Amino acid sequence: MAALTDLTLAGLAAAMARKEASALEVADAHLKKLDEHRALNVFITETPDRAREMAKASDARRAKGTAGLLEGVPLAIKDLFCTEGVQTTAASHILKGFVPPYESTVTANLWKAGAVMVGKTNLDEFAMGSSNMTSHFGGVENPWKRRGDNRKLVPGGSSGGSAAAVAAYMVPGSTGTDTGGSIRQPASFCGVVGLKPTYGRCSRWGVVAFASSLDQPGPLARTVEDSALLLQAMAGHDPKDSTSAPLPVPDFAAAARNPDIKGLRVGIPEEYRADGTSPEIVALWDKGVEMMKAAGAKTVEVSLPHTKYALPAYYIVAPAECSSNLARYDGVRYGLRVPGNDLAEMYQNTRGAGFGKEVRRRILIGTYVLSAGYYDAYYKKAQQIRALIARDFKDAFETCDVLLTPTAPTSAFAAGEKMDDPVTMYLNDMFTIPASMAGLPGISVPAGLDKDGLPLGLQIIGRAFDEETMLRAAAALEKAAAFTSRPAGY
Amino acid sequence: MSLDKDTVARIARLARLKVPEEELVPLAGELSGIFAWIEQLNEVDTSNVEPLSSVSDVTLPMRADTVTDGGIAAKILANAPGGAVYIDPDDKNAGGFFTVPKVVE
Repeated sequence: MAALTDLTLAGLAAAMARKEASALEVADAHLKKLDEHRALNVFITETPDRAREMAKASDARRAKGTAGLLEGVPLAIKDLFCTEGVQTTAASHILKGFVPPYESTVTANLWKAGAVMVGKTNLDEFAMGSSNMTSHFGGVENPWKRRGDNRKLVPGGSSGGSAAAVAAYMVPGSTGTDTGGSIRQPASFCGVVGLKPTYGRCSRWGVVAFASSLDQPGPLARTVEDSALLLQAMAGHDPKDSTSAPLPVPDFAAAARNPDIKGLRVGIPEEYRADGTSPEIVALWDKGVEMMKAAGAKTVEVSLPHTKYALPAYYIVAPAECSSNLARYDGVRYGLRVPGNDLAEMYQNTRGAGFGKEVRRRILIGTYVLSAGYYDAYYKKAQQIRALIARDFKDAFETCDVLLTPTAPTSAFAAGEKMDDPVTMYLNDMFTIPASMAGLPGISVPAGLDKDGLPLGLQIIGRAFDEETMLRAAAALEKAAAFTSRPAGY
Repeated sequence: MSLDKDTVARIARLARLKVPEEELVPLAGELSGIFAWIEQLNEVDTSNVEPLSSVSDVTLPMRADTVTDGGIAAKILANAPGGAVYIDPDDKNAGGFFTVPKVVE
């Protein structure tokens, strides 16, 4: 049998069901990988003791015949999900010492399905970033390297640790959150599958908030089917999140196991041929179009005319919501406190010392656009643009069932390569942000390697609450692309 | 749109963020760059467009106005950075207080 850590999530679950391995053996095999690859700085907190305890409990459940969907499967959890009794940092200094007294709904759902937590993964501070370089705990190293080049590359972000953990075979799956591309872009950079569900599909309760109208939890895994299995367990209506959709959870795994796309209409948005996109990515995209056609889909040219405005509109909406959400960090009830001569000074000192540069930048942008006299010019304008973006997608879905686009405009870059100017970094999310603004589901599937040997992903965008069709198309793309490359040494 | 040093200092104060004096000018430059890039939104005519504040179609649900949680004062106070004061140290769930610097002379 293959090494336990080489199995897919579905394969691992099947091996445990056949009693070929216990959950404890599976946990130990993966914990060993965490030891071996600690230099990647993937985890902020490792939880080996809890993993073994959970694995033993899982084995006991299986012995009793009450195995869940993810029974015994080891998972890495983005350190943005509150986990009861385990430090949760959001990769920020301001949450220093914070140990949540409660469990997020999504992680609680995963444990209910039998999954085992091995640790909390590194991320951009408060999920704000596309490189993992803004973490207070240092950047994560991408397990992939350019051929013949030993420089360390970023894993993307913000769910960079979660993507790298899966790419380095430390876990078969992980959780991420996606506000403007934070699951899909790192998935593309690390050669794994990353799925952002429809806004409202997974509960945001217990997830440290960044931009509440955009934030959405979702899975990362090595196959489309594995991502569907994870979503199956994570999703569901939660009365504790007022934006959680009161809908039943469909059989996502069944959709992912059915790559039949004969007659499916795949939209190709012309506006995604943006300047600055690497020619290799455009070529891969064209190849993806051919793959979908060869699998029996019909491709349709569609237009999303407001695409180029999604990114600047996002950089009003997201910072505005971030400045409001992050107002809670005042040094009074949890986290860091830096003393001052009076209460106002204590707030200012705490927040000045606790937030990193990117978070500070976004709080300032958000405070400015929401301040008296500027609200209409910025925030209202951005919400109007957001309405136009949502309408573009609605119109496009009149003539197609899913959209096929690149996930990111480049492959992984080296630490420091794009740090000179914030806007250059923001452009990383140009292909993921439009769907986020419209609340639509998107999935990044590894589809090939660039000339340097780095993975590139393609994105399938679906209709709201139609992850099933999106998964079917993603499974067809995965099958045709047959991506089997692994980072050297992992 | 160009932001000057004084504007940055003002919004930093509004956001209760201490920004060191020497960082105000570089920050003003960075933020001005971002706002100059955002200016392109003015190319779009939005005169008759309803702003979209939420993508979820559902209207916010109502719930019964009943107590659904409680009796967990100890849990809530456990993370207090300045330490907590409990009404009854032998029964921390009976209630208590976060502590802050003295604010009234």
